[in-house]
Order: sequence, then structure tokens, then C-alpha cells
Amino acid sequence: MENQVNTTKFEAKDYKSDQVVRWCPGCGDHAVLNVLHKAMAEVGTAPENIAVISGIGCSSRLPYYMNTYAFHTIHGRGGAVATGVKTSRPDLTVWQVAGDGDCLAIGGNHFIHEVRRNVDLNLLLLNNKIYGLTKGQYSPTSARGFVSKSSPYGTTEDPFVPAELVFGARGTFFARSIDVELTVSREVMIAAVAHKGCSVVEVLQNCMIFNNGIHNHVTDRATRAERTIHLVHGEKMLFGKDGERGLVQDGFGLKAVVLGEDGYTIDDVLVHDARCESNFLHQQLAMMDGTDLPLAIGVIRDVEAPTYETEVAAQVADVRAKHGYGSLREMILAGETWQVK
Amino acid sequence: MEQSRVQFRHSIVVRFSGDSGDGMQLAGNIFSNVSAGVGDQISTFPDYPAEVRAPQGSLNGVSGFQVHIGHGVHTPGDECDVLVAMNPAALKQHSRFLHRGGVAIVDIDTFRPADLAKAEYTTDDPYTEIGLKAQVVEVPMTSMVKAALEGTGMDLKSVLKCRNMFALGLVCWLFNMPLESAIHFLKNKFANKPAVFEANERVVRGGYDYGHNIHATVSTYRIETDDVRPGTYTDVSGNTATAWGLIMASEKSGLPLFLGSYPITPATDILHELAKRRDLGVKACQMEDEIGGICAAIGASFSGALAVTSTSGPGLSLKSEAMGLAVMAELPLVVIDVQRGGPSTGLPTKTEQTDLQQALYGRSGECPLVVMAALSPTDCFSSAFEAARIAVEHMTPVILLTDAFIANGSSAWRIPDDDEYPVIRPNRVPQDKVSTWHAYDRDERGVRYWAVPSTPGLQHRVGGLEKDYSTGALSNNPENHEQMVRARAAKIERVADDIAPLEVGGDVNADTIVVGWGGTYGHINTAVEQLCAAGTPVAMAQFRHIFPLPRNTREVLSRYKRVIVAELNSGQMARYLLSLMPELPVRQLNKIQGQPFLVQELTEGITGIINREQQ
Repeated sequence: MENQVNTTKFEAKDYKSDQVVRWCPGCGDHAVLNVLHKAMAEVGTAPENIAVISGIGCSSRLPYYMNTYAFHTIHGRGGAVATGVKTSRPDLTVWQVAGDGDCLAIGGNHFIHEVRRNVDLNLLLLNNKIYGLTKGQYSPTSARGFVSKSSPYGTTEDPFVPAELVFGARGTFFARSIDVELTVSREVMIAAVAHKGCSVVEVLQNCMIFNNGIHNHVTDRATRAERTIHLVHGEKMLFGKDGERGLVQDGFGLKAVVLGEDGYTIDDVLVHDARCESNFLHQQLAMMDGTDLPLAIGVIRDVEAPTYETEVAAQVADVRAKHGYGSLREMILAGETWQVK
Repeated sequence: MEQSRVQFRHSIVVRFSGDSGDGMQLAGNIFSNVSAGVGDQISTFPDYPAEVRAPQGSLNGVSGFQVHIGHGVHTPGDECDVLVAMNPAALKQHSRFLHRGGVAIVDIDTFRPADLAKAEYTTDDPYTEIGLKAQVVEVPMTSMVKAALEGTGMDLKSVLKCRNMFALGLVCWLFNMPLESAIHFLKNKFANKPAVFEANERVVRGGYDYGHNIHATVSTYRIETDDVRPGTYTDVSGNTATAWGLIMASEKSGLPLFLGSYPITPATDILHELAKRRDLGVKACQMEDEIGGICAAIGASFSGALAVTSTSGPGLSLKSEAMGLAVMAELPLVVIDVQRGGPSTGLPTKTEQTDLQQALYGRSGECPLVVMAALSPTDCFSSAFEAARIAVEHMTPVILLTDAFIANGSSAWRIPDDDEYPVIRPNRVPQDKVSTWHAYDRDERGVRYWAVPSTPGLQHRVGGLEKDYSTGALSNNPENHEQMVRARAAKIERVADDIAPLEVGGDVNADTIVVGWGGTYGHINTAVEQLCAAGTPVAMAQFRHIFPLPRNTREVLSRYKRVIVAELNSGQMARYLLSLMPELPVRQLNKIQGQPFLVQELTEGITGIINREQQ
């Protein structure tokens, strides 16, 4: 159970394994791992009741650094394995860790289906827009024209925006953070656990070696306040160093304004509603990329819906209650049989 | 008018043949159930086209259902004694299965010129054109069905759908089967559709009465009831038996059963059956693809379930990498491969034994796992149970090979008592080892322990990367890798200590032994019985355990001057046996036509080899 009451208080170290962390110095994954340990301690689920599942890639090494039940599987398949774990054992808290290549290229099918099924798990999608473990090929989130070892003349294809896939698959939870935004990362991880369903948390993460600075336009301290907006359910969509900017509705789209300019006041600024059933505005918010409009971080969508594993378990219980059998033999004997004496 | 003849025969083969929409499977199924009810042994074989609905009356749309009833029944039979052909296309396609002097019952109402043209006849004498050497019984089925249902207000389409029941009634009469028993099955089948039941009942009675009335013109067979082991019986197909065997293993191990699967012919009925079995607590999940199916199963295994994935050849290819993961993580997993004609999409509805090499070798790296093959529809139950037992007790994936022939075929099966199958013991971490346990520690058999989530203190990490033999941590150490490769291999090799020895049947003292594996058992057994009875002594051995082989394999096979390996491929088992025992005098008998062996092909093939070598 996600929020089962533990009399024991856990600390971040209780979730750390004894393995040496082998990511490159300065890799954004270190920060994510540390925040995850802390977020788990704050939620307080006992380590033995947590399963952490990953596929293949730099970020997929994360399970080795967890003192939970953990499974480092094969490329792209973490979502299917995690679905099996959670469906078989709904009582466990399941985390999945994936990179952009693992989750959106080779594992794209499992990803959209786990989101569609709304399996109650927490999916950390660490997006560095590059293949790191194989040393620097473009990924499905790399921008058109991106030059890499496998695209020496620039890519000739458009990238996925992870949030769009989540909404296309009718996802019930999407949140975003940046590796350097520790507080927001902690907040969205805890919100992901609290959400019953497939909670997708995209963390924009820096690869020092093969794609250093890819997120600089939103991580530079000097401009971060103008280029990002921290969305909080029920609060005005304000951003900027002093919260002097806001998002307003502009026809079918959104517009960033400065309060007091062009006649805009605080009353014009939208209030974030993560729990709105329609994902129309959530999608608009999630598509903001830090250029014309600020990149949205925080919980963007968080709506309730039936979860797959609960529905499976409920159906089993229901069928058993209505016309279940005590044993295989009893079931077979209830069918067409005959005696031979 | 001839006088009726009563032929006493050990067994009878009937083939119902018509358009795929004509309900031949239902008619055949009810007939086999009724036969089983009077104590016959039964074996059935659906022969349906790849197309769900080819154009009506066309040659591609012909669907058949063969039923073999009587005693000494091991197969659905090579040739049929009676062919029921609902249209000219069915007669043309399936008359080759009818033995000389058999009976062809045709719906003569469907033999109009236009129907003949659709079935690509070029003359107006269809029987001569196809060289039919059989008694033809022309029955105006369509018009009689129409007459039987006159006044019911049913539309023509619904009326015509009842033709299969007319054929069933007629065949019940032919074989002296209790009509009331057939009606009983219909009543259950259409319990919620009283009008449909009533129509079908009228028609099945009509068919029976018609048979009675033309009694004088056909040969009538009476089937003797065979002696069988006392008990409660039911009719079961191989796929259903597979599903039930897994459920039995779940009960005997105390582990919840989880299936991750994806629809694929001819394995889908396993998914269907286990999806129904939510009434027994089974969690069957239809995943997004074959890889999702096995990966969900591996996740379920990691979390402590008895985990299974079911597929056919092309799906097994897709699952290869994930099987490698299960080998590396040393988790229990049952992989069912219902073999069909290949490669690629191949012959999706036809049977073949061509996945043996894929099962044995089709993975990256040194990747040994247990490979088994079920022998018959009912043996699918025992084999599925055994596969699960080995997987759980030896912490390994097990591939169980069945095939389209035994998966779709059915037989009467004695429902086992609860104590006929052993308790399955998951290899849990012993209490006294908990404080010092590492994820890849092994017991005295070299088997890893299974630590299930929620057990305090046993949190651990497994995965596809190589691990240290002692600590279970990641390891790139060269010597450690070799040690782990050998440890994984030794674990599987030792499964041989825990399986039944190879049994020899037929004339054990012969100098020739016929060797088969899996679903060819019924045919090989019948062929060997016939050869021995006819004065050609041969022994036989059928492999259920293929990797590892039973311990006595070499000792048994080396007793014979000739080892004839009969299989539905180009020689995969023969090559495998030779790779392990190059000294064996192996001869090959192969068929790769998407069809089971015919008993006659086997007897002729075997005597051919023996005679050639004795000259």
C-alpha cells in the first residue's frame, strides 16, 4: 500500500543500497537518485514493500542503488515488467525508471500501454535527449537537425514530446521537473506516489559527456525564473523572479503577460487546475518549452481513474464471489463429465 | 434396395466438412461428446482454413472436423470412414481423406451448377471428376431443414445455419448414438436462447429420423464400448489441458497463477481458458505484444507468482531476449509454444515440430533452459504441470512445446484425484540463511533462492547484467563470468536428476527403435503397435524431456542397431541427439507438410528403412 502507516520512521539511507554509484561525475542522475531516496523516506513505505524496475540505459542502472526489491531488466521493457509486478502484487509500491531512448523508442509501445491501462506505478522518465550508454546517438526527443554520432548531418525527423504521448494515451498524471530543481523533484515524486494510477514524471536531465547543456535555456540561473513556471494546483500561474509574470488565456491558446502591462492584472491570470477531467489545457501547459512561453514544471495533470491492477483484482474477487470454484477439480466436475465404472 | 450391413469395428472416423461458417466444429464437438458419453475413447482434429470467412462455397473456405471414436484410439485417424460434405467444395477438398469404400454424405441441394462452378468443377459429374470411390449418400439437407423449420418465422439465413444439426442427427443415427444425449448438449449450449435450441432440436431430430428412414441404403457401424480406467471423465483439448495443468501447479505450489500473453494462432485458446478462470483466481493479462506478454510474466515471477506466457513460433522468436533475462535473473517461468508451420507466418493453423532448435538454442549468449514437449492432448495437462514444477523448484524458465495438432485435438481425459500430483515446493531462502543471504547464493543443487517482495531483510537486486558468484553484485570479472556461465548450465543439467527416465514401448527386444518427441506420440504408438502385430518387431521411445534428456537416454538408445527418429521437420531432434551422442545409428523419417503423420506413412517409412538395410 502506498501510504500504509509505518510505525517505523525511515530515513533516506534506508533506501540506499551498498553498491557504488557509477554514473559519471556531474550527471543529473545523481540528483534524481538522492531526491528519490529522500522522497521515499518521506512517504515512509517500508523498503521491502517497494519494487523498482528499469530497462536499459544510464538511468536504468538506478535499481542497483536502491535497498528495495529491484529489477534491472532489458531495453525498453521496464514498463511491461512493472505492469506484471503491480498486477500480480497490487500491494507493492512500484517505481519504474527509464530514459528517453528506453521509454520512448524501443519501449514506446509498452509506455503508451501502461499509461493507457493506468497501472498504478510511478514512472521516472529521465530525459537527456541523447543515448548516453551507447555513447552519443540522437534519441526520440532530440530536436530536428540535432547533430550526433548517428546523425552527423543533423536529424531529419521531429521529436516526441513525452507529455503529448501521455495525453494521447489518456494519461491521468503528468508532472515535470529538472534535475537541478531538487524541491520540485521531491514534490512531484511524492505527488506521483499519492496519485493512484500511472504517474509519469519527466525529469529534464543533463548528460555531461554527450549532451552537456541541452537544457541550459531553462536551467541557467540568470534566466530560469523567466523561462520556467512552477505550477501548483489551485494557485495562480505566476512566474518570473518576483512573480511579476502570469499566464492568461488567449483565444484557444495561452499567453505570457507582465502584470500591470497592457492592462493585465492578477485577475486575468489563470488558476492551475491539475484535476480538470479535460486534458486540453494540461496539454497546452505541457507543450510550453521555455521559448515564447515558460517551461512548466510541477504537477500538470492529476486526475482520478480506475487503475488496471485494482480492476483486475476486483474482477477476480467479483467472479469468484458470484460463481467461483474452490478448486480446479470442482470447476471441471461442474462441466460435462461422465463416469466409467 | 440393399440390406443393411452391420460392421463391427474397433473404431470409426467421421469427418464433418463444410464452409467455415457452417458450424462443422460444433457438430463434430457434440458428436465426440456424445460418443464419449457412451464410453468410447475419442480423439478429434479440427482442420480449419487460415481465412476466418473465405467466400461461401469456395475451396479456400472449407473447414473440417474429424472425430475418431472407439477403442484403441490414439489419434484422430488418418482416413475417415464417413465424410459429411455440406457442399461441393467440401467434397472436393476433403474426399481425399475418405478411404476407399467409405461413405460420403452430401447435401445434394448444394450441388447446383452455380455451386459446382464456385468449387471449380469443370463437369456436371462431380463424383467422377474427383475420382470418388465411395458410397455416396445424397441427402436433400437444405430443403429438409427448411421443411423442418417451416412456420417458425425464422429467416432463411438462420434456417440454413441449422444444417449442421441435420448432419449431426444423421450421423448419430448412423452410429447408433443416443439422440437425447446430443439434445442434452444442445440444451446446455443454447441455455439462454430457447428459440435457437428449439430450432436446433427439431433439425437434429429431423436428421436422425431421415437416417432411420433411409436405413436400407447405407452401411451401419456399431461401436463397441472400450474398457478404460474407472473414474470421472471429460473431453479436453490440448490447449485447455495445458491451461488446467498450470492451474493444478498453482494449487499444488500455493502460488497465484499469472499469465501474460498475446493472441496468436494456435495458442490463443490457452489465453481464452485462463481468462475465464478468474473464477479460480487466475490473473490472465492480454498484453500489448508478445514481448509485453513475457515481460509481464517475468515481473509477476519476480514478485512471487507462478508466471506463464503462451505463444506460437513467431511469438517465441519475439520473446527470446526476455527468456535470456529470465535465465540471467534465474526466475521461474513457463513458456508455452504451440508450434505451427513456419518460418514466419508460415502455416498458422497447421501443425509442425519445427521450433525445437529455436527452443534449444534461440537466445543470445550461453543461455540454457529446460525444454519439454507434451505428447498428446491429455498429456498437455501433466506436461504443463511438470513444466511449472521444474520451473519453480529449479528456478529456471521452462519451454513447453506443444503443437497445433495436440492443442486443437481433444481426447477423453480421466479427471485426476487431488493427490495424484505432488506438492510443488518453491525454493525459498531458508530461515537460517536470511541474515547472510546474497541474491545469487545457491543451494546444494546449484539452484538460486527465490526471495519474494515484502519479505523484510531480503531486499535485493537482480537483472540482466552479470553478477558476482558470491555477493550478487555487478561483476565484469572474466573468471567470475565463466564460473557463472557454468553454474547456470550445471543447474539445468541437474534437472535430469529430477525427471522420469525414458521408457521403451513396443517390442523392447527388437533391433530397431523408433524415436519421436512430443505430439507425434499417438501416431508413432499406433504405427509401432501395427508393425509389431504384423510381424515386424520394433521398439519405440517418445521424448517428453528434451533438455536435459533423461539420464538413461544413451543407455537405452545404444541398445539398438537402428534408431529411427521420426519428426515433423527436417531432422531437428535427430541432429540434436547426434550432437550429444555422435555414435548413435540414427536414421531419419521426416514430414514437413503442416500435417500430422499418417500411421500408414510411419509403418511404410519404418519398414522401408529396415528392408533397405536388410537387403
